[in-house]
Amino acid sequence: MKVLVPVKRVVDANVKVRVKPDNSGVDLNNVKMAVNPFCEIAIEEAVRLKEAGSASEVIAVSVGAGNCQEQLRTCLALGADRAILVETDVDPQPLGIAKALAALQEKEGAELVIFGKQSIDGDNAQTGQMFAALTGMSQATFASEVKVGDGKLEVTREIDGGLQTLSIKLPAVVTTDLRLNEPRYASLPNIMKAKKKPLDVISPADLGVDLTPTVEVLSVEPPAEREAGIIVETVEELVDKLKNEAKVIS
Amino acid sequence: MASFEYGMDYADIRDQVARICAEYPGSYWQELDDKAEYPHAFVDALTQSGYLAALIPEEYGGAGLPIRAASVILETIHANGCSAAACHAQMYTMGTVLRHGSAEQKQKYLPAIASGALRLQAFGVTEPTTGSDTTQLKTRAVKQGDQYVVNGQKIWTSRAHQSDLMLLLARTTPVDQVTKRTQGLSTFLVDLREVRGNGCEIRSIPTMINHNTTEVFFDDMAIPADSLVGEEGNGFRNILSGMNAERVLIASEALGDGRYFLDKGVAYANERVVFGNPIGSNQGIAFPLAQAYAQLEAAELMIRKAAALYDAGEDCGEAANIAKYLASEAAWKAADETFQTYGGFAFAKEYQIERKWREVRLWRTAPISNNMVLNFVCQNVLGLPRSY
Repeated sequence: MKVLVPVKRVVDANVKVRVKPDNSGVDLNNVKMAVNPFCEIAIEEAVRLKEAGSASEVIAVSVGAGNCQEQLRTCLALGADRAILVETDVDPQPLGIAKALAALQEKEGAELVIFGKQSIDGDNAQTGQMFAALTGMSQATFASEVKVGDGKLEVTREIDGGLQTLSIKLPAVVTTDLRLNEPRYASLPNIMKAKKKPLDVISPADLGVDLTPTVEVLSVEPPAEREAGIIVETVEELVDKLKNEAKVIS
Repeated sequence: MASFEYGMDYADIRDQVARICAEYPGSYWQELDDKAEYPHAFVDALTQSGYLAALIPEEYGGAGLPIRAASVILETIHANGCSAAACHAQMYTMGTVLRHGSAEQKQKYLPAIASGALRLQAFGVTEPTTGSDTTQLKTRAVKQGDQYVVNGQKIWTSRAHQSDLMLLLARTTPVDQVTKRTQGLSTFLVDLREVRGNGCEIRSIPTMINHNTTEVFFDDMAIPADSLVGEEGNGFRNILSGMNAERVLIASEALGDGRYFLDKGVAYANERVVFGNPIGSNQGIAFPLAQAYAQLEAAELMIRKAAALYDAGEDCGEAANIAKYLASEAAWKAADETFQTYGGFAFAKEYQIERKWREVRLWRTAPISNNMVLNFVCQNVLGLPRSY
């Protein structure tokens, strides 16, 4: 079973992001970048499937600028067999990415495509679902457990208030939730091996897709500054303030 | 002249090493410090992930990377609040075997050192009566048939209890029978598993930091003649290039420590509010942190220069010594100013400041005292008369 794992280059989760002065976006100058944590969980799941003998090949793919190669190399060090970068100078949006991936899937014919459920920068949580719609593949989102059966997958999903278990036919799309697995770190020998693994760079034109954004970002605002707290003297005063000032209880 | 690039070199290695470190928080190190125990779990994680084998050539199972990569690994470990002191020697002590050992010795030991099956992280050089005056060391190895018999004593032999092998420097020709006092010394690879309790006794030395250091006694310790590494009488030369590597790497650890402290100090100066303002708004707090930062930046440049020279195969003695000096002083500055910034809380163990502060003091003293570095610069760089 061939497994395709789309991954996104994002600002490292530990970085405190700053909004550009003109509110056009987030300042990425000299900011540490990383593989989106949910995508890393997707890579880990694919590599585990390969280690368990269920998957034959793991392909990491990214759609974005040339420096996404750094994150693809990380995926290769974590156990992916090869990588593909669909290189573009435009800042791609979920629909464009899903179209590019759908065109790539036509060539690759992966039986399983594992996405992170969302990226920690845009928080869109759309690409996996759009890809499933474009390709007509079955999908199970927000997976916390994946079991491979004969021609199908059993996927446990995290839903409000509990768990739901689905059986879906292959080929299928899965998006990963936080608790699916705990990604490993790469060993030094694997970092060295990753430098020799194939990483193909293609263009959106090679796939016959147009990545021109369809949604325009008007403004990006930082969260409001938290105001200083106050110390209350009594429980009664606390209850009063929660009721009448914060209005969080009635 | 060797050149080097600036910027985040080996970003992939930095990322993954930082991830390992995240699993060993301050509380892990604090507990070990309280119990004076060796960080087995951390060392196992670094061993299994191959980072300690960075410098061993690929043909022997290592990664075959330049010293700059090892420098980045150690800096990252320390910048993330962990300590590589417990295992850094496993990275570079093998260098003497690699450069001067026989083909058989390399084949026998290096793959096992690379995999971590064998630990070679003890280096018996310093003696209680001779200190930095290495060529006057008293430990004698006398050849008798197909073995050497060793008598003497070493001190500050770190991690001898956690080593399978020890690199030993001993005198094979008495000092009054050689023309230069650097001659007549020889290096041996001693299998501690064979000799412990059998001519070799290792005693722990309790110290102000959890550093697992020992003193080692040799009483008619017999070792096979093929324990000799390189030619007999050339031991001092054999260990010199290894000492430059060690200085570059220790400087990298000190730099990492300095970065750790500065991060903590700046964060605390920003969040701690006294008299209605963050204490970092007072220049009495802020300037020392800025000075420490400037010193760390300078030290980093010198470390990169020394590593570039070493990796280019050029003489790096001056740069390696100066890198060690600048980094250890800058790290101490960052540690002490952060200690001051933390006020009384610096003394509370749970903040990790007092423990790291004790640890970082070491780099001004070991592996060589900073005064000896200055002596080196005076005589060998500036051409001043020898003072001792």
